[in-house]
Amino acid sequence: MPELIVTKNLNVPGIDTIDVYRQNGGYEALAKALTTYQPDDIVDIIKKSGLRGRGGAGFPTGMKWGFLAKNDKPRYLCCNCDESEPGTFKDRMLMEKNPHQLVEGVIITSYACRVGTAFIYVRGELALAARQVERAVQEAYAAGLLGKNVMGSDYALDIIVHRGAGAYICGEESALMESLEGRRGYPRLKPPFPAVVGLYGGPTVINNCETLFTIPAVVSGGADWYAGFGTDKSKGTRIFCLSGHVKKPGNYELPLGTPLRTLLYDEEYGGGILGDRALKAIIPGGSSTFILGADKVDTTMDFEAIAAAGSMLGSGGVIVFNEDTCIVGAILRMSEFYRDESCGKCTPCREGTYWMTEVLERLEHGHGKMRDVDLLMDVCDNISGKSFCPLGDAATSCVTSGIKLFREEFEYHVTHGHCMVGAGRTRVETESVEGAPLKAGAR
Amino acid sequence: MISEEAKQRMRNLAARYPVARSAIMPSLHIVQQEEGYITQAGLQAVAEVIGLTVDDVESVATFYTMYYQQPPGKKIIKVCTSIGCYLRNCDALLEHLEERLGVKRGETTGDGNYTLQTIECLASCGTAPVLQVNDEFVENVTLEKADALIDTLNKELLTGTPETPGAQRLDRLASKATNPYSDRQRRIHG
Repeated sequence: MPELIVTKNLNVPGIDTIDVYRQNGGYEALAKALTTYQPDDIVDIIKKSGLRGRGGAGFPTGMKWGFLAKNDKPRYLCCNCDESEPGTFKDRMLMEKNPHQLVEGVIITSYACRVGTAFIYVRGELALAARQVERAVQEAYAAGLLGKNVMGSDYALDIIVHRGAGAYICGEESALMESLEGRRGYPRLKPPFPAVVGLYGGPTVINNCETLFTIPAVVSGGADWYAGFGTDKSKGTRIFCLSGHVKKPGNYELPLGTPLRTLLYDEEYGGGILGDRALKAIIPGGSSTFILGADKVDTTMDFEAIAAAGSMLGSGGVIVFNEDTCIVGAILRMSEFYRDESCGKCTPCREGTYWMTEVLERLEHGHGKMRDVDLLMDVCDNISGKSFCPLGDAATSCVTSGIKLFREEFEYHVTHGHCMVGAGRTRVETESVEGAPLKAGAR
Repeated sequence: MISEEAKQRMRNLAARYPVARSAIMPSLHIVQQEEGYITQAGLQAVAEVIGLTVDDVESVATFYTMYYQQPPGKKIIKVCTSIGCYLRNCDALLEHLEERLGVKRGETTGDGNYTLQTIECLASCGTAPVLQVNDEFVENVTLEKADALIDTLNKELLTGTPETPGAQRLDRLASKATNPYSDRQRRIHG
């Protein structure tokens, strides 16, 4: 098993309390940062480490910090823990099990970016995670790690834990800031980018939970050590959230550049496809990324290789489909998500996600027409690149890639009125297995 | 009624944020703890404390799906139906619960004990299918486990522990169907 960085102490009993966390080397990175480095030194370390954002876009973290506008307005840090991308479940685990490491990452990052107030935006549905982070923040205040003199230095920092209330869109950074300011979570026009005009008009840095979780380890171990993991351009390790049709779903931390096949089939990780069926398709980075065919299973999981294969590493949510999955049904389900979560601000996304779902629904239930398949592509073309924020683009990924890879399945639904594969292969069959649960992915 | 203690908590929140308006969301969470859902009195209290109009507060409250516009049941069961759970057969789980509770998704039982909801990806795809009861996770839910869960919840409802805040307001429960509009429509027009 390769060396773990982010999840190293995750299963130490009691690691969620400050005492046990400190006994395991916790807050030593913070002490080192405050005593050894100037803020700009830390920005340089993170730049040199090659750490890239773990939220979805994969933007270099150090570079993001370097973009902060130099003016006299107060600066803010927002830690994005609004984890809700379908297929992603790493941040919730990190917050629930080891909240102090997140708090330490937030403090170091705030120091590096000269931030006076940091916010941890926890998704509303994740009640336990929010309680754990809130408690860790309280413990950190009591231990003098937060407040006027962080660890006895003259650096002052406040952390506010803010709970969301059910809106996927608030994971988009500008919508997150709107939500924090007490408004409906509508995304903002960019530019200006948050690094220049962000929360309350101040320069703002917004990082994903796992990204900030990694910071203490990079500061302790050094940039060169961290950059020793992964590939040339995709450095370090990250958590891959493996779900769907695999024998052992779960979170696995692996160096970037590990082949998808290892994650799916290795006994240490996925352990093979559920029911020993054949692999049909993989979504490599959460439902907002393009579907890859089974022929791409030897692709290595780094930003460049996955991009070359035609998708994105996104949030690291690897969703696996076996051969019994009806791709039309699965895409319909993903499409419903974007319809429900579209914020309604811009027309292409609000109307497009709605109509896309309608068309998919009639195809799935055998009422579709042949022209509907092209109609879907046309609707996607009218959303992608034409909506206000990336949610619109994200909504089209599974539809366009699904049609490109499995067009014959969509057409089969039109000509036969039911699924090509799985238990939904014939109407009669699904109805005859009374009481028996249907095979997932078919109806 | 929103208690004075709750209003004080809201005031403290408003003072804690760099701008008072940011306290709207946590204050609405407090309203829901007190009242079980977002009541007119609750909106009024938040508006007063933060210094906004009631409409302004309501415009925020209606955007976020976790703020209930109607009183929910004592036990709110949210079944995840997104792709990770879909691949692990959440549809069968949901149908099973519909049958067991005698309501359709989105509805509350006539006795006001249960609200059955579907919800988008709960960040638990590795332990799918998953549901939440009053915001606490139940993972790897088989049909048997779901039955056992309802049995336990039924017992809790009989003995009255642990009580949920929504309980006092259930007399206001008007009908089975809690919301004639989809979330999307409510967000756009609400």
